[in-house]
Amino acid sequence: MKAAKHGRKLGVIGVALAVTLGLIATSAPANAASADATINIGSLYEPQNLDNTGGGGQGVVEALNGNVYEGLYRLTDAGQVENVLATSSKISKDGLTYTFTLRSGVTFHSGKAMTSADVKFSLEKVSATDSKSARKSSFKVVKSIATPDAKTVVVTLSSRSISFIYNLSYIWIMNSTAKDFAAAADGTGPYKFSAWKRGSTLTLVRNDSYWGAAPKNKTVVYHYFNDATALNNALLTGAVDVITSAQSPDALAQFKSSAYKISNGQSTTKLLLVFNDRVAPFNNKLVRKAVTSAINNAKLLASIWGDYGTLIGSMVPPTDPWYEDLTGVNPYDLTLAKKELAAAGYGKGFTFRLDTPTYDPHPAAAAFIKSELAKVGITVNINSVTDDQWYNNVYKKHDFAATMQEHVNDRDVVWYGNPDFYWGYNNASVTGLINQAEQAPNARIQASLLKRANRIIATEAASDWIYLYPQIVVASSTLSGYPINGLNSQFYAYNIVKG
Amino acid sequence: MRKYVIRRLAFLLVSLALASVTLFVLLRIMPGDPANALLPVGATPEQITAAQHQVGSDLPLIVQFLHWIRDLSTFHFGTSIISSYSVGPEIASRLSLTVPLTLIAFVVAVAIAIPLGFIAAFKAKTWYGALLNGFSQLGIAIPVFWVGVIFIFIFALKMMILPSGGIPPEGWANFPGMLKYLILPVATIALVMSSSLTRYVRSATLDVLGSDYLRTSRSLGSTFTQAMVRHGLRNAAAPVISIVGIELATTFVGAVVVESVFALPGLGSLLVRAIAQHDYPVIQGVLFISTFAVLIIGFFADLIQRLVDPRLITNLSGGLK
Repeated sequence: MKAAKHGRKLGVIGVALAVTLGLIATSAPANAASADATINIGSLYEPQNLDNTGGGGQGVVEALNGNVYEGLYRLTDAGQVENVLATSSKISKDGLTYTFTLRSGVTFHSGKAMTSADVKFSLEKVSATDSKSARKSSFKVVKSIATPDAKTVVVTLSSRSISFIYNLSYIWIMNSTAKDFAAAADGTGPYKFSAWKRGSTLTLVRNDSYWGAAPKNKTVVYHYFNDATALNNALLTGAVDVITSAQSPDALAQFKSSAYKISNGQSTTKLLLVFNDRVAPFNNKLVRKAVTSAINNAKLLASIWGDYGTLIGSMVPPTDPWYEDLTGVNPYDLTLAKKELAAAGYGKGFTFRLDTPTYDPHPAAAAFIKSELAKVGITVNINSVTDDQWYNNVYKKHDFAATMQEHVNDRDVVWYGNPDFYWGYNNASVTGLINQAEQAPNARIQASLLKRANRIIATEAASDWIYLYPQIVVASSTLSGYPINGLNSQFYAYNIVKG
Repeated sequence: MRKYVIRRLAFLLVSLALASVTLFVLLRIMPGDPANALLPVGATPEQITAAQHQVGSDLPLIVQFLHWIRDLSTFHFGTSIISSYSVGPEIASRLSLTVPLTLIAFVVAVAIAIPLGFIAAFKAKTWYGALLNGFSQLGIAIPVFWVGVIFIFIFALKMMILPSGGIPPEGWANFPGMLKYLILPVATIALVMSSSLTRYVRSATLDVLGSDYLRTSRSLGSTFTQAMVRHGLRNAAAPVISIVGIELATTFVGAVVVESVFALPGLGSLLVRAIAQHDYPVIQGVLFISTFAVLIIGFFADLIQRLVDPRLITNLSGGLK
């Protein structure tokens, strides 16, 4: 009797185990056909919220820009601006009035038709008082927005702005009647927002009523990780198909096989040694030049990124139209550095505090800079700062001598034209050139003026532009059609094909 | 017993009230402004002021405290100042992972530790008793994250039979998928937790085995099993229950490490992100819930301990009177 009871119990346990294992076995994803495939994208950048004017961070751009939300224009992966929701634009002779004609037959995912009122709402949302958009200052130039009919938007500027169309590629056209932009998304793009499990995944599904070409896959799932190793493991085990931006170059060796593809694309993220140009000794351009010439940026880049990354010698990356290689302006040369220090009255060196963010690669880069500058008699006291301390003390109060920071945007050399910016670079001729460039009649003149400005900025070593980050996308070799350049953190998913 | 329960409940409530004040004060002592996490490089002074106003960091501290108490009293815990979600439901969603993870690991650990602890004690003088003791020492010495990394290396990267981390996009709606993703995290916690529990079970059993009352019971004619069941187990259980309670609470609060290694969206990862962003309502809510969990686990551990060993109630009552 007892044995029979035990037998039953064991039987029940056995069945339960078999059912559990059976269920687990059946949970493995099936190999779906390409057009209906699910693309699993691994990323370190989870959005903070889903509103790009509400402090959503770079993660929201990566997931939703061009996928769920669209602008009047789009920045392609190659850096070109192309029409999306605006079919045409007319610019008045004085360059102050832009008349946009909107695409017909476009609806939001909720079913509402897109009209000029939505465009007006979206533009005003960027420049609203509570806007946290990084592009807010670019739209100060907008004087008024009129909507004479549902398909026409007329924007009047207070001064000419050659970058206006380009800047519009950052602006998402949102449903003016939507209520929740932080946790939901109602765009016009090829994917509908489906679900966001905070801390884990964000899912997009194909929009079958999309006005343009249908996406080449059915579902896109962004998987978020806090740790680069966990993200790499996810690709190695097939949990994700692609990593949007690999941040641990040491780990790339494990992907050097026929099962994976490593793309070395164009990035816009620069690592800077930022001097406080307002205060001594860095208010002296000879000191800044000396420090720049005393640091072997090539060696630092190689030690952090190996064969990846680029030296650019200025704030301008190769994808900006006004790029030129300025690495020779302040070359690595200890003799020159010592000579410049002596000429500046610091022949015996000096001591300064380097406010260093606590996350990679800043601590390692700061230690390298410290050892390099010791060779010319400069003592560096490394002061580790949290993001918050950096924002408070460095960015807002300008209470620093030098700091390290990444600047991720393209075309951001124009910040050297603002003497109030945190680094305090103040050169009237540079400010003048940058302002002229913005009001230039065409892109050629704009590029020429910004090239001149950038050359002055680099010659005066306003900062030390240590290197341009690489943009490394690692993907399963069965995947194709994914973007390889990390321009402004966007990651268009609609052309991705699996298998 | 009833008096004890009432007194213990009152202590729990006072502790929670003190915790709510302490949490608020400690967070405000931390340098920094949550508005900073919302702003990009390039933000204008007007944007900074507007962000401070939006997150409420420009309000007087007393007003911020009253808001916190108001949110606490409704179990709503306020709204994330960075991400605009309601903190209460988000914590509930994260608990739906952390609680099962902790409880399953706990049950597995106890199921391993009790028999192993007994064997290690009964066979203390044999080579395999010593071996078991050595293994449990090793389990205590190895950090939990390292165990996790090794498990990932073996079972996910080399054998490719289990996922290395994360959860299925459907969550618990994909029950078998969730189980599959939880095997390695559960095994990691259970291995480390069972190591220390095995030691405690072994030590408590050894104490009992060498006790006068067990010897007396045997001399009165009881078999070893009878003496153990009547006298030994209860006496051995009391200290183990107390340790089990502490272990469970520690595992719940310390789940953050395992959640990080396995990229699990639990309470720990929510807390880490919130701390990085100075998201006060989220930090306060998570820490308050964690404090509550620790206190409630302690409460039940004490209660069970006293049910097993009624002498503790008599002693406590006598001591307090």
